[in-house]
Formats: sequence, C-alpha cells, structure tokens
Amino acid sequence: MQTMQFALSPFSVALAGETDFAGWRNAARKLALNDISPQAVTWVIDTNAADEDKTLPEAPDTTSLNVPRSFVTRAESVICHRDSERFALLYRLLWRLRREPKLLEIASDPDVRRFEAMEKAVGRDMHKMRAFVRFRRIETSNGEHFVAWFEPSHFIVERNAPFFVRRFTGMCWTILTPCASASWNGETLSIGPGASKTDTPAEDAAEDLWQTYFRNIFNPARLKVQAMQKEMPKKYWRNLPEAALIPDLIAGADEAAKEMIARTPTQPAAHHAKVQALHWPATDAHADNEDGNYTSLDAMRNAAISCRRCPLWRDATQTVFGNGPPDAELMFVGEQPGDQEDIAGKAFVGPAGKVFDAILTDAGIDRQKTYVTNAVKHFKFEPRGKRRIHSRPNAGEVQACRWWLDKELALVNPRLVVALGATAALSLLGKSIAVTKMRGEVVERIDGLRVFLTIHPSFILRIPDEAQKEAERRRFLNDMRAVKKLMA
Amino acid sequence: MATLTLREKLAILSDAAKYDASCASSGSVKRDSLKSGGIGSTEGMGICHSYAPDGRCISLLKILLTNFCIYDCSYCINRSSSNVPRARFSIDDVVRLTMDFYRRNYIEGLFLSSGVIRSPDQTMGEMVEVARRLRLEEKFGGYIHLKTIPECSAELIERAGLYADRLSINIELPTDESVKKLAPEKKPETIRLSMAKLRAKIEEKAEPTLRTKTRERFAPGGQSTQMIVGADKTSDDGILKTSARLYGSYQLRRVYYSAFSPIPDSSSALPSQKPPLLREHRLYQADWLMRFYGFGQGEILQGTADGMLDLAIDPKLAWALRNRGQFPVDVNRASREMLLRVPGLGTKVVDRILQTRRHRRLRLEDVGRLSKSIAKLRPFITAEGWSPGAMTDMAALRQTIVRSCEQLALF
Repeated sequence: MQTMQFALSPFSVALAGETDFAGWRNAARKLALNDISPQAVTWVIDTNAADEDKTLPEAPDTTSLNVPRSFVTRAESVICHRDSERFALLYRLLWRLRREPKLLEIASDPDVRRFEAMEKAVGRDMHKMRAFVRFRRIETSNGEHFVAWFEPSHFIVERNAPFFVRRFTGMCWTILTPCASASWNGETLSIGPGASKTDTPAEDAAEDLWQTYFRNIFNPARLKVQAMQKEMPKKYWRNLPEAALIPDLIAGADEAAKEMIARTPTQPAAHHAKVQALHWPATDAHADNEDGNYTSLDAMRNAAISCRRCPLWRDATQTVFGNGPPDAELMFVGEQPGDQEDIAGKAFVGPAGKVFDAILTDAGIDRQKTYVTNAVKHFKFEPRGKRRIHSRPNAGEVQACRWWLDKELALVNPRLVVALGATAALSLLGKSIAVTKMRGEVVERIDGLRVFLTIHPSFILRIPDEAQKEAERRRFLNDMRAVKKLMA
Repeated sequence: MATLTLREKLAILSDAAKYDASCASSGSVKRDSLKSGGIGSTEGMGICHSYAPDGRCISLLKILLTNFCIYDCSYCINRSSSNVPRARFSIDDVVRLTMDFYRRNYIEGLFLSSGVIRSPDQTMGEMVEVARRLRLEEKFGGYIHLKTIPECSAELIERAGLYADRLSINIELPTDESVKKLAPEKKPETIRLSMAKLRAKIEEKAEPTLRTKTRERFAPGGQSTQMIVGADKTSDDGILKTSARLYGSYQLRRVYYSAFSPIPDSSSALPSQKPPLLREHRLYQADWLMRFYGFGQGEILQGTADGMLDLAIDPKLAWALRNRGQFPVDVNRASREMLLRVPGLGTKVVDRILQTRRHRRLRLEDVGRLSKSIAKLRPFITAEGWSPGAMTDMAALRQTIVRSCEQLALF
C-alpha cells in the first residue's frame, strides 16, 4: 500500500498529528514554491515523524508565497475537520490561489464550496461544544474541580479550549473527550490525551435542579420536536443530563396541553379582592375638563397628558406641552415636537431647539423668561427602520390642537407671539400664510393679539450649503433682534 | 404557608416565566474573566445551551423573583386572581442558582423578571440587588437581562443599566385599547414613557463623559420588548405597525412576538385554543423583512384583503407574488436592494452572489447551491442560461411553489 502510494505520488508528507497546522504549512509552502502539483502529493499522519521532512525540496529564496491572510486563518480552522482529505484540499486551494488570487470569493467553485462547508462544520462543532459541555463538580484534595465528558465530531478540543479559559477562569476544570483533553488549574491550560467516559464523575447534585428547570420551562402547548432536534441532535443527548426527560415530556405534552385548555376558569384566588382593594382603589373616571376652564398652566398640562382630540397620540410617546413662566410677555409657537422632544417631553430640545437657543442668546433674549410651545402637541412621524421621519401635521390636526393653544394664550396672555413657521401661523391666524414672504411682519388679530411671523429654525438646519446656511441664520437672528426691539 | 424547598420554588417560578419569549444572550459587549479571575464571558454571539421539546432554546436561566403580583392581567398566569401556587425566591436563592448553573455550563446567564409585589420600586430594587451581587460579589461576567418594571424610579433604572446587559419592558399587547381591556391596571402611557426614558439613558451613556472621556456602562445589549399575539383581535398589519413604531421610536434591539398560549386557570376573557405558532413564525419573518431586507412596514401586507400574513407561504414570497411586475431579477446585474427582495435569497446568500459575480457569471445551478430553495426562487430570477419565461406570471405559481416546498417545509 505504502509503496503504491509512493508510485502514484512522488511526495508524501508526514504530519505530526491531526491538527498539525505548522507542519502542514511548512510543507505546503515548500511544495507550492516549487510548483509541485497537488496530484503529486499525499498527506499522512505519523506521530513518530521526524521534525523536519528532508524529502521535500527546499523553498527557493527568490520567490515568495503570497496568499490572502484570511486563507491562513480559515485553513487553521479547516484543519480541525475529521475528513482525511482536508490536507490535500487545503494544498490544492493554496496551489490554485497562486494562479487565481480571488479564488476564495468564487462561491460557486467546488473546492471553495467544500472548504466553506468544512469550515462551517468545524465552526458548528465548536459552537455545539461550547453549548453542550456539562461540568460535574467533584471535591479533590485541592478543593473543588469541575469535570466534563464531551464527544466532538472534529478535532476541536485544543482550538476551543481558550474559550473555556476565558469563561471559566475562576475555577479548575477538565474537559475529557475521546481524542484529547483540556485542563485548567486556574493558571495554566494543558492539553492531554483522549480519555473515556468512565473517567468522568457519574453525577452532580445540581443536575436535579437543572432537570427541574428544564421540565418547567417547557410549554407543552407549543410542542415542536423537530425544531428542537434540528438544533440539539440526538447524538448529543447521551451526555446531556436534561435530555433524559425529553421522551416523557413529549409523550405527556398533548395531554398536558389539553388539560391546560380544558381547565375551566375558577373563582378568583382568595387574596385577589384584598389586593384589589389595597392597590387599585376605585377612582373617579378621569374628568376631561371639556369646558377648558383651567385656572393654571399646570392643571392644563395635566389634562393634556391624556388628550385624544386627534389620532396623533396613538404613535407618539407623550403630549409635549408648552413651557415657561405663566406671566411671560413673549411667547414662541413652533410646529410640533420632533424625535428628541417626543422622548424628553419638552419643547425645543432637539437639533432645531439648539439652533433656536443659540440664536436667542445672540439676540439677547432670555428663553427662561419666554413661553415656548407648539401648534401641535404630539409628534407626527413615519417610522423608517431605526429612525422616525417627521411628517407635517394636517389642517385637521392643527385645528384640533388649537383648542390647547388658545387656552395657553388666554392664560399666559403675552404681549407678542412669534409664529415659527407656516404651521404656527396657520394655527394662530386661522389661515395659510406664506411665511417666507411675510417674515418679519407683525399681524394683529381681531382680538388684538400681535403675531410676529418668521420661519421655523429647523429650516436653517435643512440647508446643505454652509454659506447659505450662515446667511439664513443671520436673517433669523435679525428677526429675533426685531422681536427684542418690539418688546422693549 | 409551608416553607417551600429550593427545588419547589424553582419549579413554580420557572413555570411562571415560560411565557416570556426572549432568550437572547447576544448583542452585548465582549467580556471575559481573564482579568477578574471570576466566572463568565460574553463574546457577541449568544449560545443556546439546550432546547426544550417546544423547540425554544434555553440560553438563560429564565425565572421570576416571585409570582405574587398585584396586577390582574387576564392573559397572565400570575395575575392576582389566578389560583396558581405562589412562591418567592430570596436574593440569595437566585444568585446561588445562577452561579451553580453557570459553573456547570448549563446557561449563558440570567433573565430575571418578577411579579410586582407591594410597590414597583421594592420589586425592582430586589432585582437590581441580584444583579449587583452577581457582578460585584460573585465577579460574574455572564449575561444578565432584567425585565424592568415600568413604574419604578429613575435611580433604580440607572443602577439596573449599570449591571445588566439588557433591559426590557413589555408592551404586552399591540394596541392601547387591548392593554386597557385585558390588563386594566397597566398604563400604556407609562410603558411608552419608560421605553423613551431607557432610550434617552442609553443614548446619554453612549456619549463619552466630559471628564474621563470614557463611556459609562449602561445596558450594552440595549432594550427589547414583547408583544402577545392572538389574545386580542389586532391584525398582523396592526401588529407590524406597532413594531415599526417601537423600532423607530425607542431603538429596540428586538420585538418578541409571543403566540398567546392557553394558561392553566385561564381567564374567561381569552381564547381557549392552541397557540398560533405558525402566525408567530410568520410575524418574525415579516419583522426580519423590516429590519434586514429593506422592506417598509406598509409594503409587507399591501394589497391583502384582511391585513393578515399568509400562513402557507413566507411573507417575502407572498409579497413577490403580489408584485410580479418587479420580477424576474437578473442575479448577475441587480442591485443588492432588489436581490434582497427575491424569495429564497437571504442576506448572506445575496452577499455571496455579489462577491462571486465580480469574477464569474452565475448560472441557475450556482444560485441553487448557495440558497437551497431553488424551487422558490427560480420563477423570480434570470441567470446565465436561465430565464423563467412565462413562469413568473403563471396563475398557478403560488400552488406550484407551495407544493414543491412542502417536502422541505420547516413545520
């Protein structure tokens, strides 16, 4: 047999072990640099092999071997696969990569597909080992020690051991498998030979609690055995303490589910009436003051929390009511709260609010002395993934919310109101106004209230051109200076 | 009351927790115990340590601190009028169980929820104390998910976020009306406000502090929520609308859908039937379409009569059948966005197609090898040497695909 292989393949590489990546890499490098075809190489495992295989041609000094870095890291994983063809496949890929540097990106290539499938299988096996290892606690002369028995499908123990070190740093443990073992004493990791199941402790007191948990977290009304087995194949069951319960749980599920459904509702539990009386005393139904005769802003703000005058409350977080001293002489009315305002529950705290604040400061107006509110008090938006896109409130919504604005005006009774943007103007004046044309003007309502018209500060934010943005900011600042003058 | 053993308490308080769907232990920061010398790690991807015969993974020790509760939500097994046996863990019990299970590699961490006893702050305070002790006294580096009680104080939320990987608040039901009807003591307004506060806190803490320029730890795994499906009459379109609103408004990592399951000692206000598992599955698929496939919520059920997802086929296939004018799509030329809309092509396969086609033209067989659902996607693509011809517009296409997929079906 040996001689026949030799006859077919002039080069035979002996690797020191199932996962001897360094040996494979060293040999593959020499072979590839000498352009030796994959058909001419066989790969065998011989634990007694000499450190350096002298039968291979030396790598020429003149050429270098360049392969994508990702190939090397992925090959380290693939070499853990149980398939004895893996060494040959990896060499074939390496050899082909010299001619086709982008080979690994071609998902339809059969060698690449096999490489990916092996990589996936190893990854899955490592993941399942992390999931299904079950430690049992024993007492030793050095204190407690945790021992597990696991049967992996591939040669992954050494590769996977650092995970268990990172996770179980503070305890001493040993994982035994048929082909290798890993052991951690709290300071160093050691990899040893394979073992047998009889080397592991037979029981652990915690398993009874774990089974109790497994039995009770299961919902018999949702029986989906296939879904379970897809992720937890039967081959793992023999080493999982909880799996012993599975057949009985399945067998009893139908009965248990039927019983759950059939059990008729009973009388409320004895303590129920007491709980209700203590924690949920009957209160008067919330009185929505339809007359709107609020005597203070606070009373009005409280009433507005549960406002249902238009459907916008449905999607918004909360009513964002106006804010400021009840005797403010100057009132600002914006359009509606935005994303940030909806979350914070305060008007003008988002990006437009920051622009607004900065310009007020520049104009010498103290925001703390003004009353700031919006024409519409719930945020109207369209969800787009993780964001919310502002939508303009329609005339009906503005009309519905005017009920509140009118009452704010009546209670605060300011000398001047600034309408920020078209929606505010619509609400305050009852008709559409072209604010860009009429900005800076003061309109007097029939009731004598003076309304200063200007744009909404968010308009400034939306201008992409920096120079134009600065010009618009200056215009708005001039408007605010005019307002300041009007208040003097 | 007779004293219960730890085992008896565990039986009652895990049975009480099984109606919570979430079990995710992923999406947090990378963390290990090498420095602390303690126990526990999170490495991005969560690990499912076991599976129950209901097909659900067991990743976390999912328990209630207590199932005593002052609320009377008709869909909940722990409502105050229910006759289930009651139990209460001590803080010590939970810490010990978590560590004992974790050391044996049964779990990734703890998902602690609770019935509300006495006051929201008292209950939340005990849950936070469990998390604090695990982190500081046990040097526990595993995953902690705390179910937040909406009415609790801001200070407790802050401390919860310091120790937990994820916080969640259940929206319970898709509409405020349903919450009012089935959970009369719960306040949908408060639930929204609590989610808003959590989002604000998470965003605030994500900013480096002025003084130390470091980020303070606050729930690195974000927030999630759960909605019960099938306890009220809300359509799938209504449910997805609520999800889209929640994702957009509060930056939720996940919305979990929980098919309403009949509970022992059920309230007469609710349907007594098997949980709508297939509907739940389709909702998750639709949720994925919104989050990873670029579908707007409105598109998913546009053109359906009842706003319900087709139970026989997945929502992407259903959408494609209703929008055949957009197909076939050329796999060798189409944009990523359009490839993502082809039934049977997942995000990973699409990325492989995009990568491969830079070097080679793809044939139908190539796509078939990548995707494993060739029958489903064949009518919707053109490839080198393949055109579906009149197949895309065939009246019986839905039937043909359903039949050819039946052997491979998930259910």
